[in-house]
Amino acid sequence: MTLLIPLVSVLLGLLCGAVIMIAGGYNPLLAYGSIIQSIFLQPYYAGETIRAMIPLVLSGLAVAFAFRTGLFNIGVEGQLMVGWLASVACAIELDGPPKFILLPLSIIAGGVAGGLWGYLPGLLKAKFKVHEVISTIMMNYIALYLTASLIRNFLYTQGERTPTIPSSASLASNFLANLTQGSRLHWGFIVAIIAVVVMWFILWRTTLGFELRSVGFSPDASRYAGMNVGRNIVLSMVISGIFAGLAGAMEGLGTYQYMMINSSFTGIGFNGIAVALLGMNTPIGVVLAGALFAGLQTGGLTMQAVAGVPTDLIQVVIALIIFFVGSSYVIKWAWLRLSRRGHQS
Amino acid sequence: MSFYEVLTIIIPSTLLTAAPLIFTSLGGVFSERSGVVNIGLEGLMWVGAFTGAIATLFLQQAGLGQASPWIAILIAAIAGGLFSLIHAVVSISFHADQTVSGVALNFLAQGLTIYLVKMIYNGQGQTPYIANNIDKISIPVLHNIPIIGPIFFQQVTYTSYLAILASFVVWYVLFKTPFGLRLRSVGEHPEAADTLGISVTKMRYIGVMLSGVMGGIGGAVYLVTITSNFNISTIAGQGFLALAAMIFGKWHPIGAMLGSLFFGFAQSLSITSQQIPYLDRLPSVILLIAPYVLTLIVLTGFVGRAEAPKADGIPYFKGQR
Repeated sequence: MTLLIPLVSVLLGLLCGAVIMIAGGYNPLLAYGSIIQSIFLQPYYAGETIRAMIPLVLSGLAVAFAFRTGLFNIGVEGQLMVGWLASVACAIELDGPPKFILLPLSIIAGGVAGGLWGYLPGLLKAKFKVHEVISTIMMNYIALYLTASLIRNFLYTQGERTPTIPSSASLASNFLANLTQGSRLHWGFIVAIIAVVVMWFILWRTTLGFELRSVGFSPDASRYAGMNVGRNIVLSMVISGIFAGLAGAMEGLGTYQYMMINSSFTGIGFNGIAVALLGMNTPIGVVLAGALFAGLQTGGLTMQAVAGVPTDLIQVVIALIIFFVGSSYVIKWAWLRLSRRGHQS
Repeated sequence: MSFYEVLTIIIPSTLLTAAPLIFTSLGGVFSERSGVVNIGLEGLMWVGAFTGAIATLFLQQAGLGQASPWIAILIAAIAGGLFSLIHAVVSISFHADQTVSGVALNFLAQGLTIYLVKMIYNGQGQTPYIANNIDKISIPVLHNIPIIGPIFFQQVTYTSYLAILASFVVWYVLFKTPFGLRLRSVGEHPEAADTLGISVTKMRYIGVMLSGVMGGIGGAVYLVTITSNFNISTIAGQGFLALAAMIFGKWHPIGAMLGSLFFGFAQSLSITSQQIPYLDRLPSVILLIAPYVLTLIVLTGFVGRAEAPKADGIPYFKGQR
């Protein structure tokens, strides 16, 4: 049952995408075929898919972690942006120390910034009962405009972006690039793997994790059991924000080596919501869902080249998948009806 | 520059930027008063702006001239209403988490509209500029009134007045008609409403679809009065501002209108500040983030508690007590 809902949702989402393609006069078999072919047969696209997975898995973990504790963190996008800027700023401003000091420091800077950006909505929820959905949306916009302004005023170089980070803070690797025929794959995947393990460990192997999940399950019962619900809410948002900030740091130190002035959101944080939902808020599920969405997005480029389908269709498919996961109640109901009929005949 | 001159710049600009927010936030009031959270207002505005652009382009080609943007707004209202049906079905009938469904609605709107634009315009990510937009004009006669004429009736669009009028109509409908009472009852206490024979599902469908209609109008108004073409950055956060305005206004139509006017003011400040003494020295980022920071401050309750309708966000299962 737990595997059924995500699988059915993905299939239905892809099916609806195919219908939209047919309506637009495109060939869905050619489109989906080109995605599969490019990712599995061309090392460049395989590398780019893993690269796209890194921030997607981290932002998915951020959303999933908050979800587990009963919070809906829509603010991953903003936390990711401040994390991105903090990691890049740290790398540029502190340039000098050797790699084994500067690189971890820059990654930590990203995580801390993201954590702080999650702290405020957590605090507002715990102290003033401000709904985190609204406050994190507001924090997203504050992050969007603030990072743009900070870059413009303090870290600006030509081309609407910050200077490139020193190589002593870079996650990029010629080895990985050569291995994948010039993709931007970088060492950040190790950070993502560690994060997956850390999330699993915190939630299922520590007392803290037990409390967090318990508060998510029933705040009233947890309060009655003597747990400090407010403290848990703040802590959960901070940890969630750290994951999101790390996602940004991976983009800054790995993929791009700088931060551009964004006039709109990156979308990674919002896709993280989809990843967490499809992954049923489990660490392994997040990895699998992250792989699927990263593959769709990377393969979407070949889909555009080969079948002519605009890449934006991928976002439509992702949205449809979220709708279907959200409507799991109906999928369960239909499944029960069908299986009961099967028993009778 | 005198204070009076400053007013003649800021107030018309505020009225202009507030109109789309007013329409959309009124839509939010309908939906949330019926008990369905609508984070998807942003997506509804995307659909409205997209439809507004395509419809205006089509109608002006058909030779309707100055009437095209007005008819396009009506078409966008229908498109928004139909699009919101997805949110209604998923969150009301399928009992999905309303926030999740709203987030997906935004996703879907953004992907679908840009996909369609690229399909229609051979891969280009934007529509052509519309020729017949709703222009800023000076209202005949009224703009000659001394003092207030130039402030309120010069360089404005009719849509701003229609938006303010709409908020009073929505207030009347919600608080003075039996329909409004029923709609609010399913948002406050659906079990009680159900017992009295009011169909919770039906009322909530109506609430969500009205939010779609209003959001569609809001998006279209934004397009035909402000941006004039549709691309990926046309509606950058307007829907979320409308959502904030609704909360600011405590889920009340007049409050939502005042909240929208306030955010319209904040937005127009960031545009007009260059012309205004003292303000031009302020970093523009402060004016840009001000609406969001203020929303956070309002939510913390320093400006009075904002209470959402009691059953807002809770799916209703018939027979549950």
